[in-house]
Amino acid sequence: MTNDLVVLAVLMFAVTYPTRALGLLAPGLDRMPKIVVDYLQLVGPAVLAALAAVSVMVIVGDDDVPSFHVGIEWVAVFVSLAIVARRGNLLLGLIAAVAIVAITRAAGLAALPV
Amino acid sequence: MAFSVIVFAGAAQFAAVGYVATGLAWPAIILLTALLNARHLLYSAALAPWLSGVPVGRRAMMAHVLTDESFALTMSHFRRLRRPDERGYWIAAIGAVFIPWNLATLAGVALGAQIPEPARFGIDVIFPAAMIGLAVGLITGRRELVAAIVGAGVGVVAALMASPAVGIVTGGVVGPLVGLLVPARDARETAPLGTVASAERFSVPGAHFDDDDPR
Repeated sequence: MTNDLVVLAVLMFAVTYPTRALGLLAPGLDRMPKIVVDYLQLVGPAVLAALAAVSVMVIVGDDDVPSFHVGIEWVAVFVSLAIVARRGNLLLGLIAAVAIVAITRAAGLAALPV
Repeated sequence: MAFSVIVFAGAAQFAAVGYVATGLAWPAIILLTALLNARHLLYSAALAPWLSGVPVGRRAMMAHVLTDESFALTMSHFRRLRRPDERGYWIAAIGAVFIPWNLATLAGVALGAQIPEPARFGIDVIFPAAMIGLAVGLITGRRELVAAIVGAGVGVVAALMASPAVGIVTGGVVGPLVGLLVPARDARETAPLGTVASAERFSVPGAHFDDDDPR
């Protein structure tokens, strides 16, 4: 890891630590307005779903222009989603997703990522 | 390795590693980290009544190792004991989460470079699959489901119109706003209000609980 990435890690810590410490150190934070509490509860699923969807459905070419992507990754992520939702086992879902992509690419049925 | 020790936040680390690799600008990565970890505010606020007797310095250290997993382990432990247990918190947060997480990271650092052409083995799909898997773990009702679906849809549209970073941040901000429009279901009260069981469930630990009280 380069020193640059250590700086990035410290900056990420700087925005993460306050969210962990505020409730424990600042009295009364457990009495936040309900609308704020509700919003915070929804941020995690929304950001994670956006990360997954954008990673799978959007690619940026050499010309820096984003474009819609359809590929075997959709199937792999959907299967992983189904396994985690049904079995509650993230590791099993990840193994299934990797296996689907690896096998189809090895068989020449799917292209390697750009 | 520094990410695992200094940041110690799984989803944010996954996101950062993925986007550093694609050359995403640092401000976007830091904003995403803040959004992803905003939920920790809820965890720390929920733990505060249990840990109010712990000295401030130790509470400040406890905060660094507060994660989804350590919160879940600690709260179930406290509820089972019906009292706070500082040692139990440290065992859950450091023994069960921090040390294994960092050992696994170390193994990845040592062995990851040995894999030639990781894309051939489908390694690139781990990131989106892990993100959606972690999202599933946070979806506990219709509101979360709507927030996730809208976040994903808005994220993709905004990413196509601008850039992936803009898309993810837009999805992460707009998704919860739409989710709030979904009526929340009333919490199911399994213990009749006014009983000891109800007080134990909803009050600060120990405030209304008496070991001799017959249930």
